[in-house]
Amino acid sequence: MKVFGYIPKDTPVHKLTGASKLILTFALSIAAMITFDTRFMLFVIVISFVLFSISGIRFSDFKAILALLILFMIVNNIAIFLFAPEQGVLIYGTRHEIMHITGRYSVTSEQLFYQLNVTLKYFAIVPVALVFFLTTEPGEFASSLNTIKAHYKVAYAVSLSLRYIPDIQRSYREISQAQQARGINISKKASIRARIAGILTILFPLVFSSLDKVELISNAMELRGFGRLNKRTWYSTRPFTVWDYIITGFSILCILLSVFTIIINGGRFYNPFV
Amino acid sequence: MSKTSPLIEFVDFTFQYRAQKRPTLYDINLKIYPGEKILIAGPSGSGKSTLGSCLNGLIPFNYTGKINGKSTICNQAPVSIFQLSEFVGSVLQDTDAQFVGLSSGEDIAFSLENKARPTVEMKERVLEVAKLVGASEYLSHSPQRLSGGQKQRVSMAGVLIENSPILLLDEPLAALDPSTGKYAIELIDDIANKTGCTVIIIEHRLEDVLWRHIDRVVLFNNGRIVADSSPDEIVASDKLISIGIRRPLYVSALDRAGIEITAEKKPGRIDTIKLTDNEKVKVQEWVHTALPDSGAEDSISGKNTPLLEAKNVSFVYNENNKEALKNISFKLYSGEMTAIVGANGAGKSTLAKMIVGFEEPAGGDILYNGESMKELTIPERAERIGYVMQNPNQMICKPMIFDEVALGLRARGVAENEIAERVEKVLDICGLTRFIKWPISALSYGQKKRVTIADALVLEPQIIILDEPTAGQDWRHYTDIMEFLASLNRQGVTVLMITHDMHLCLEYARRALIFSDGELLADKPVYEILSDPALAARANLRETSLYELSNICGIEDSASLVRAYINNESSGGKK
Repeated sequence: MKVFGYIPKDTPVHKLTGASKLILTFALSIAAMITFDTRFMLFVIVISFVLFSISGIRFSDFKAILALLILFMIVNNIAIFLFAPEQGVLIYGTRHEIMHITGRYSVTSEQLFYQLNVTLKYFAIVPVALVFFLTTEPGEFASSLNTIKAHYKVAYAVSLSLRYIPDIQRSYREISQAQQARGINISKKASIRARIAGILTILFPLVFSSLDKVELISNAMELRGFGRLNKRTWYSTRPFTVWDYIITGFSILCILLSVFTIIINGGRFYNPFV
Repeated sequence: MSKTSPLIEFVDFTFQYRAQKRPTLYDINLKIYPGEKILIAGPSGSGKSTLGSCLNGLIPFNYTGKINGKSTICNQAPVSIFQLSEFVGSVLQDTDAQFVGLSSGEDIAFSLENKARPTVEMKERVLEVAKLVGASEYLSHSPQRLSGGQKQRVSMAGVLIENSPILLLDEPLAALDPSTGKYAIELIDDIANKTGCTVIIIEHRLEDVLWRHIDRVVLFNNGRIVADSSPDEIVASDKLISIGIRRPLYVSALDRAGIEITAEKKPGRIDTIKLTDNEKVKVQEWVHTALPDSGAEDSISGKNTPLLEAKNVSFVYNENNKEALKNISFKLYSGEMTAIVGANGAGKSTLAKMIVGFEEPAGGDILYNGESMKELTIPERAERIGYVMQNPNQMICKPMIFDEVALGLRARGVAENEIAERVEKVLDICGLTRFIKWPISALSYGQKKRVTIADALVLEPQIIILDEPTAGQDWRHYTDIMEFLASLNRQGVTVLMITHDMHLCLEYARRALIFSDGELLADKPVYEILSDPALAARANLRETSLYELSNICGIEDSASLVRAYINNESSGGKK
C-alpha cells in the first residue's frame, strides 16, 4: 500500500523551506481564484509545471490523486453544463453557437471558453499544492503552518494526523486480515452490501484501538510540556535562504498581477469575443 | 542518606479515581532520597502505575479523583502537570506511542520546542543529550524506523534534555525482546551514574531490572505498599510469590534444589549471590536426580505425516525489505506446543501471516496434512489454522461476547441453532460460559484474550497460532493464559506461539524455532537453545540465569541444569 506523502529527494525545490512553499501555494490559489484571465492562468500553469519538473516528482507518486482529480474535473464540467449551459454567453455578452443539442442545451464558443477557464484553474493550483505536499517534510509542515499565523496547536494537530496516517493504514490492514480469516468478505467478489457491512465490522476495532492511542499520545505530549506556553518554536525550522525570499516575493507579485488583470479587463474575465 | 531530606515524600496518601468505588492507593508512606535507584514492583492492578501517575501529575490533573494525605515532590506540593514536568521526566510504557517528532532529533527537542527555545540552542542541546545516550548517529531518522534499543535511547534523550532531577520509567521492558531489555537496564544505570539523577522504575519483571544495581525495591499489592527494602531482602522473602511476582529463575532453581535463600547470601543479583561449596554440591546432586531418563523427551519427531510443513518458504517485502524470509523449512506435528522465537523484526510474524494466508510466499510451499495450501483462501485456512493477534482490541468487533464468538460461523452461513451449540461449547472450553450474556467491555484484558482465542477455536481448527500471547502480562495473568493454552494442547489442539519470552519457552514449549534476520537459525529442544549463549545472542535472546547458576555451581554441561529445571517443572515441581 503506497502512502501519499513526503518523498525525500535532493532538489532545489526540496531545499526551499516549507513556509515559502506554503506561501506560494496559497498565493497562487488566491490569485487563480480572483481572476479568470486565461493569459494569467496560463502563466501560472507554466510556473507550476516548471516547479513540478524541478522537484523530480514522478508520475507514479501522484497518479491516484490525479485520477481522482480528473474524475472530479469531469463531473464538475458536466454539472456546469447541465445547470448553466448559457453561463458563458451571460459572462461574455456574445453568442456564437456551434451546435444545438436539445431544448435549452446548445454548445457555444463562450460556454466552451468559460469551462476551459474553470478547468485551467485546477491545473494552475493543483501542481503547486502537490509540490508542497510531496516535497515538504511533515515535520516542517506544522512549523510552516505556524509561520503563516495558524495557532501552533492547530498546526501540530494537522501534522500529527499526517504522521499517524501510515500507522492507521497498517492497523487497518492487520485488522482486515484477521477479520477475513473469520470469514468477513471485503474482496471484490462479495456484494456491495456485504462489503460495506464487512468494512463497518473492521472499523469497530480500528476506532477503539485508535482511541486508546490518542489518549496515550496526548498524555505523552502533555508530560513533555506541550501547550504550556502560547507560542512554541520548531526544531525543524530552517532559516530563509535567498531563494525563499525570491519565492515569497514572487508570491506577492502573483497576487498583485491577478488584481492588475481585473483592472485592465474591467472585471474578472478576459473577453476574447469582443 | 538519612541526613538529606527526601526528594519525594508521600504521607498517608490515598487516591480514589472518580469513577471507582474504592481507592486505588491506600495509606502510601514513601520517601525517596536524591540519587536513589528505586524499583516499584507489583502485579497488574496493584496500584504501581497509579503511583507513577501521581508522580508525573497525570493524577490528579488529567485523571481526577479524591486525594487524602499529602505528597511533595522536590519540596513542593503538585500544582500542575507542567510544574511537575520540571522535576519528573517520564518515559511511558509504549515508546512507539510516545514519539511525536517526525525525526529522532525533532522528538528529542520536543520539550524545548514547547518552552519556545531558539532553534540554534535546541540543536546544540539535542546533540549533547544524543551523545550522552549514544543516539547522535540517527538524529535525522524517523523514530518508527529504529530498532527497539535505538528507540529506547531516543525516548530517554527526549526526557533527559529537560535536566529534570527525577527520571520515571513506566514498564520500560514491556515491548522489548530479552537482549534489548537487558541493554535498556544497562542504559538506565549508565545514565543514572552519569547524571546523578534519581531513577524510579515501575516494572513487574523483577529479575530483568535487578540485572543492574538497585537501591530499594518497593512492592505494591492491592493498592498498598507491602514491602520496602533492599533487593536481597525482597528476593529472599516469600512476599514475591504471595503477591504473584515471578522470583528470579536462579532463585526458583536453588529453592527446588533445597537450598534456603536468605538475605545474607545476597540473592538480589546472580553475580552477587554467595553459595558455600556444600550448597554447590547440593545443586549438582539435584540436577542429577531431577534429570529426565534419556529418551523420555524429544518423542515428537518423525513418525507420521507432519500436520504442518514449510518447504523452502521465502518472502520478499516490497517496501524496505525488512522482515524478508529466506528458505524456511520445518515440520510441525500434531499435538505439539512449539515456540517461534527471535528478535523483533526477525521474520516471525511474517511466517505466521504466510501460514494463515495473509501474505503470499515468494517461493516454496506450505503443506497442511501433506497437501499444499496454495489454493486455499484465507477463510478456508482459518478452518484449519486459527490465528490470534497480539492485541485483543484489534480483533474484537462486536459489543457482546456471544455475537463476537459467533461472527465467524454467521459469516459462513451456519444455522443459528448449530451456532448456539458450537459457541456454548467453545465458551465452555475457554472458561467463559458464565460471561455468555456479557458485553465485551466488562471483561479484563486476559478475558478478552480468551474471547479472541474462542473466536479462532469456534471454527474448529487443528492448529492455533498466537502472536505474543503473554505480552505485557504480569506473572499471574501470564500463568492463567499459558495454563489455558496448555490445557487446550492436552485436548489435542496443536499450538504454535510467537514469543520472545524465555520463561514461556522454558515452561511451556518443548521445541523452539529460532529466527534471526529472516533465517531459521535453529530448530531444537528448548533446553539446548537456552544454554547456548552464542545462539541466544544471535537471536536477541539471552541465556537465562540458569546458565550463570550452572557456572557458579561448577556444572559443566549447563544444558543439564536447564533440563533438570524443565523436568522438575512438568513433573509438578511448580508451587
